[in-house]
Amino acid sequence: MAHSTTNFNLDQKFDFTAALRKSIMTVLVIGAVLLAIGVITEMFGASHDHADEAGHAYHWYQRVFANLWINNVYFTGIAIIGVFFFALQYAAQAGWSVPILRIPLAFGSWLPIAFGLMVVTFFIANHDLFHWTHSYIFDKSHPEYDKIIDDKGGYFYWPMEKGSFPLFYVIRLFLFFGFWIFFFNKMKSLTLAEDIHGGTDYWRKMRTWSALFLVFFAVSSSISSWDWVMSIDTHWFSTLFGWYVFASWFVAGLSAITLIVIFLREKGYIEMVNENHVHDLGKLIFGFSIFWTYLWFSQFLLIYYANIPEESVYFVERMQSDVYSPFIFVNLVLNFFLPFLVLMTRDAKRHAIFLKVVCSLIILGHWFDFFLMVQPGTLRQHGGFGLMEAGMFLVYGASFTLVAMSALAKKPLITKNHPMLEESYHHHI
Amino acid sequence: MERDKNFILGVYDDEDVLLSAVTEVRESGVKIHEVYSPFPVHGLDEVLGYKRSRLPIAAFLFGMLGTTLALIMQFYMMKWDWPMIIGGKDYASLPTFIPVTFEMTVLLAAFGMVGVFMISSNLKPWGQPRIFDIRITDDKHVMAIDLATNAGLGEENISDVLKSSGATEVNKKSFE
Repeated sequence: MAHSTTNFNLDQKFDFTAALRKSIMTVLVIGAVLLAIGVITEMFGASHDHADEAGHAYHWYQRVFANLWINNVYFTGIAIIGVFFFALQYAAQAGWSVPILRIPLAFGSWLPIAFGLMVVTFFIANHDLFHWTHSYIFDKSHPEYDKIIDDKGGYFYWPMEKGSFPLFYVIRLFLFFGFWIFFFNKMKSLTLAEDIHGGTDYWRKMRTWSALFLVFFAVSSSISSWDWVMSIDTHWFSTLFGWYVFASWFVAGLSAITLIVIFLREKGYIEMVNENHVHDLGKLIFGFSIFWTYLWFSQFLLIYYANIPEESVYFVERMQSDVYSPFIFVNLVLNFFLPFLVLMTRDAKRHAIFLKVVCSLIILGHWFDFFLMVQPGTLRQHGGFGLMEAGMFLVYGASFTLVAMSALAKKPLITKNHPMLEESYHHHI
Repeated sequence: MERDKNFILGVYDDEDVLLSAVTEVRESGVKIHEVYSPFPVHGLDEVLGYKRSRLPIAAFLFGMLGTTLALIMQFYMMKWDWPMIIGGKDYASLPTFIPVTFEMTVLLAAFGMVGVFMISSNLKPWGQPRIFDIRITDDKHVMAIDLATNAGLGEENISDVLKSSGATEVNKKSFE
């Protein structure tokens, strides 16, 4: 046939130019400046009204820690969703996504950095982020002894004594990151070896590894969301929380993938990718935005309807708070109404301009989702969205982009020996 | 000659041949009435030059109708007709209405879309679908060409075009 993938330069590499690097660095610096201003105003500003009703003093650095934690969890999520998306395509034997596979895979390069940040933040800030790390709540003679948390204590401290070192928790943290990074490296080395040797053997091996990863990810994504996010509100629990966090990560990750695909196309790379491939990405974003809303609403409706105090306190803290209630609507508008209404038509999913706007806003919107999961439980009425939050988000976002783009620039953009490359070229919907 | 009565049919064995045949036949100036195939042939609507279906618009409108009806129904029942306190909530508590509203939206969108599709493709119960060739339900693709709309071309020419485009048979078919 006249049209074939041989017409394209399959060895093309992404040139991460100095100019591009500089503009990302500019964003990073702007973020750092905003962050610094935010920290300084918090240090000398609003923090004079010490001691909330429980008698705990509020310090400015708690807000820094909460911000670090929001971005740690959020960008870890986007990174691991890159690996997840890659694995999903192999496990499902998908053909359409072949020319964009290296883009989500590059996100995985953030994982080692995220691991370091997560561990450091946890060990520095554990008392400020997680109420359950205080040893006195496990002490029956202490006035603040907490029976409910004491009963849950084994989940954090086993096999150590409750209130000492949270060994089980830390083991899980290391285990999840360890395996995620292991699977990421495994898939990266297989896909690069396929470039050199060709054949279908690598594709088959990748399917096996992908399936193994998906099984591990199904369990680890859920448990990590309980550990890292749900345990902040230690008394409260929600059985669908793992899927809720996963859905939030997945939509944000898909939006990041789509943005980079569109960016590369506009720069003249990955010419094989046309509006049909972009349409598929748009459909995934549309569908999973609705999935996220479904989980958000399922969690909300049951708690609202049953109105059991220990459950509804979670939404009382958010919806009846002057600080956080506006963000509930920001969250729903950006993450549901916007993608639902804008991406409903076929044309919107095929034209870059709509997707660029929607994807950028979704990435922001799901940041607000994590903001609402972390800040009310850690900062109470002292939180909010200010320069510190904006700055920290920009710093993390720019760093993530730098790492992912550098990883992308190292290897050819297209898996040229993928057995379904030709199929993907003829993809048409 | 009256339209929609007398047809020339090109019968094709293979969908790839059919796809290139549609292009050839249209390029030669023959207007195609319709192509029938036993399974969806990818890209056929495109080579036939069809506009995109407006069925999604019908689905959207029926969905909106479902949303509206469901909300009106629930507000009427729960707020005005027979107010009840359930779980200590307001009579009209929107969050509890959402699941029913969602289901009604989906139901009416689906029913409406199927109904519109049935009517617009003449599969309605009171319609009488015309069978051009019984083998289109088995393994043959049939291209139907209305003689009236191609009156200037002549039957011989049309059947020559069909044969040279790869048709295995060329038949005639007339309806009452």
